Amino acid sequence: MSYSNTDGIMIGLEIHVQLNRLKTKMFCGCSTQYHSSPPNTHVCPVCLGLPGALPVINQKAVESAMKVGLALNCEIVEQTQFHRKNYYYPDLPKGYQVSQFDYPIVSNGKVAIEGEDGELVIRIRRAHMEEDPGKLIHMGSIDKSKGTLIDYNRSGMALLEIVTEPDIRSPKEARRFLDKLRNILEYLDVFDSDLEGAMRVDANISLQGGDRTEIKNISSHKGAERALLYEIMRQKNLLRRGEIVTMETRHFDEARGVTTSMRSKEEEHDYRYFPEPDLVPLRVKDRTEKLLQELPELPDAKKERLISQYSISDMHAKALVSNLKIANFYEEVASEVNPKVAATWIADVLKGELNYRDLTIDACKVEDIVQLVTMIMENKITDRSAVEVIRTLLDSGGNCMEIVEKKGLVKVEDNVVEQAVDDVLGENKNAINDYLNGKEQSLNFLVGQVMKKTRGRADPMIVRDIIANRIK
Amino acid sequence: MPEWMSIRDTKHKIDNLSAEEVTSSYLDTIEKSSINAFTNINKKAIEDAKYYDKNQSDLPLAGVPISIKDNISTKGIPTTCSSRMLENYIPPFNAHVIEKLYEAGAIIIGKTNMDEFAMGGSTETCCGGTTFNPWDTSRVPGGSSGGSAAALAAGESPISLGSDTGGSVRSPASYCGVVAMKPTYGTISRYGLISYSNSLEQIGPMATCVEDIAHIMDVIAGYDNRDSTSIKRDINYSDAIINDSEGMKIGVPTELISDGINPKVEKIVWDAIHKMEDLGAIWKEVSLPTTKYALPAYYILAMSDASSNLARFDGTRYGLRVEGNNWHVMASKTRAQGFGDEVKRRILLGTYALSAGYHDKYYVKALKVRTLVKNDFDRAFNDVDVLMGPTMADIAFKVGEKIEDPLSIYMTDINNVPVNLAGVPSMSIPCGFADKMPVGLQIIGNTFDESSILRCAYTFEQNTNHHRKRPDGVN
Ligand SMILES: [Zn+2]
Repeated sequence: MSYSNTDGIMIGLEIHVQLNRLKTKMFCGCSTQYHSSPPNTHVCPVCLGLPGALPVINQKAVESAMKVGLALNCEIVEQTQFHRKNYYYPDLPKGYQVSQFDYPIVSNGKVAIEGEDGELVIRIRRAHMEEDPGKLIHMGSIDKSKGTLIDYNRSGMALLEIVTEPDIRSPKEARRFLDKLRNILEYLDVFDSDLEGAMRVDANISLQGGDRTEIKNISSHKGAERALLYEIMRQKNLLRRGEIVTMETRHFDEARGVTTSMRSKEEEHDYRYFPEPDLVPLRVKDRTEKLLQELPELPDAKKERLISQYSISDMHAKALVSNLKIANFYEEVASEVNPKVAATWIADVLKGELNYRDLTIDACKVEDIVQLVTMIMENKITDRSAVEVIRTLLDSGGNCMEIVEKKGLVKVEDNVVEQAVDDVLGENKNAINDYLNGKEQSLNFLVGQVMKKTRGRADPMIVRDIIANRIK
Repeated sequence: MPEWMSIRDTKHKIDNLSAEEVTSSYLDTIEKSSINAFTNINKKAIEDAKYYDKNQSDLPLAGVPISIKDNISTKGIPTTCSSRMLENYIPPFNAHVIEKLYEAGAIIIGKTNMDEFAMGGSTETCCGGTTFNPWDTSRVPGGSSGGSAAALAAGESPISLGSDTGGSVRSPASYCGVVAMKPTYGTISRYGLISYSNSLEQIGPMATCVEDIAHIMDVIAGYDNRDSTSIKRDINYSDAIINDSEGMKIGVPTELISDGINPKVEKIVWDAIHKMEDLGAIWKEVSLPTTKYALPAYYILAMSDASSNLARFDGTRYGLRVEGNNWHVMASKTRAQGFGDEVKRRILLGTYALSAGYHDKYYVKALKVRTLVKNDFDRAFNDVDVLMGPTMADIAFKVGEKIEDPLSIYMTDINNVPVNLAGVPSMSIPCGFADKMPVGLQIIGNTFDESSILRCAYTFEQNTNHHRKRPDGVN
């Protein structure tokens, strides 16, 4: 499998990650748990930018940022510094954002993802800390709005902006990178992706022969892929017609799936960065050792360990580690039953059923899956019945044994199956003739009749074999 | 008749009368005054004073009235920075120093007038009008803490807090014949001080005698975890109140006695230095060669900070709002009407200095000058304990005399701004009179060595009579 990238696509991402697992905001003591609170209830003089209030660095935020840096194989700066990024906007209570400029906390990292043609290393240019602005709430649609309300609950939340080099070559790779990044962040326990506004993405993209555009306001991984697909098509069409792609900032309209021009390069802001005089430079490098000790097992390492410890396939291991809670769940199950069978059922079946229902693994109990795998191993229920048990568990609750008994899913004895086959063959001469005349569907019909007689407890593959043997 | 009272005198009077009577006599004086030293009076001052009459207390400032420059946040009392922008702003929190004052038992009687957002040296750029110098009401009180200094000189408040970004407590202290100190950067928490230029300014105590400065410092100085530039140090300032300067080494920087100095002021300052010599100190000339670049560097840094600090005043959350049909129009109109000319000038210049293409030429260069100025002071303090010179090169100028020529006002702080660039402590004390107007002696100390300044200042004060003179009509 090779990927030629004939259009010379180069994509770089800037990902704003809200460090929402912290207890307090970036520069004040306000709680971060505002997501279900009324507007402007998690605020103080500091995050409202009242005159005279001063910021104080949240050391836990600094350490979270450093952990992310270490997980992304970055270098830690000796001494980090905050700068003011000056611009006017109503959601920005001080008229500047406290951010970082030439001394970002971490830089020069790399992350490997599964690229279009094998492993692809994406270089991380830098990651820097900054504060989140408030949130504007337009009364009505943005263009017809009668007014705008501002909620400063989000103001001052710690953000980490992670910037990649333009090493990504397709929208699919961009999405994979984002998935991998989210995965790592969740392992580090610095980030809860389920909360609103947890991750926001800007993408820079250029094609061979054209200038680069920046797409703003992408709020999901799927959105990133769609925005990039659209933008590639747009740029390709321009280049094909001999027109030029100009350097500009474009806005992604999630609803319409298109990007629209926001401003050209000439209209770019001059942010007039200068060192934040209310904060002093912070020595951080000496905390590296301590943080390395605290670093949890990360997805790649966990995957390798699962493969060697439980002898499961690469594919299963990958599926399991892509969600930390599922990986942990798996290990609990695997400690009690055959790990390979457990991997199959959790990675192939359970995960899919959860996704389908938009549920997390919390909806499921370890003991139920242990019992289920045990029964499968002991040949007490069929695979089909096992799937049904899982579905019932997720849809109506209960426990595994109860469901098996109540639904009569215990696998029937072989002689009962034989008897049912005899009966069905005796009752359906026409179908047998049809089958012998080459009508394959007749066999399905006969299998179905046997399943009906055994109330689904027979293994349909076995029934099929028995019938085929009898009437050939 | 209004009178000058030290903390000691005030407490004595409270013991004889009551905190309520003392406070109300100050409020009366303020009410009848025409020098316009105050922007707002604390309506709860009498109530607060009554509390100390009911509850005997040995707190260091129990019942003592104090006035506060109007850029220091006081919960429930308007804090306007003498700007239309904040005319209706009442902070929901107290500055660190205000908490400390309340804990020490002080009564806040009111907020003092200042140059708008502390940008000026004459207390003329205020939305509520100029403050007049009590020694001669045709003259300015200096600035930007002109309201505080004038209030002290007119007997409208025994002690006061100002702020000093580039001479803002020392200039008015010099012009009004009172005492003020700008402490070492980081000594007093800036939490609640409305920022003009964060890395240069400190809150500074102002009083009519040196001892009171030490007492106020003991109350308000100290580490505060809400100000990241605050420094942990344990200093007892009152311990430095020693009437003995035997053997102290004084440096006289030739650059501070510049060509433009009023010869009468020069003579008075030399007399003061010779007086210190008579009292056992030794002096020698020293050089601060880079200070000639300090003024431009200071203004570039201060204006750059200011352009960013004042961006938050956009009419959205608090303060003045002038409606417009969208946010940008509203914010622009609000800023156009809310800020005065001098503030706008500094925002524009600061924005310019930070802009792409000029940043390195101005801002970065100014930072380099700052390092050199600091080095000058470090070198000087290898040899001497304190530096002495004139606070201001001249006596207070006339109201309106320089207001049309901003550069000439900037120039008046030429001896003050190097101190802020270097972050070292400095004090101004009365040392004589020229044309019946007070002249200030500036005493500069090494970083965290306020004690040497206080000791020299106290020795000088106890052995001279300059601080006993009062403006007409004041006891
Ligand atoms: Zn807050």
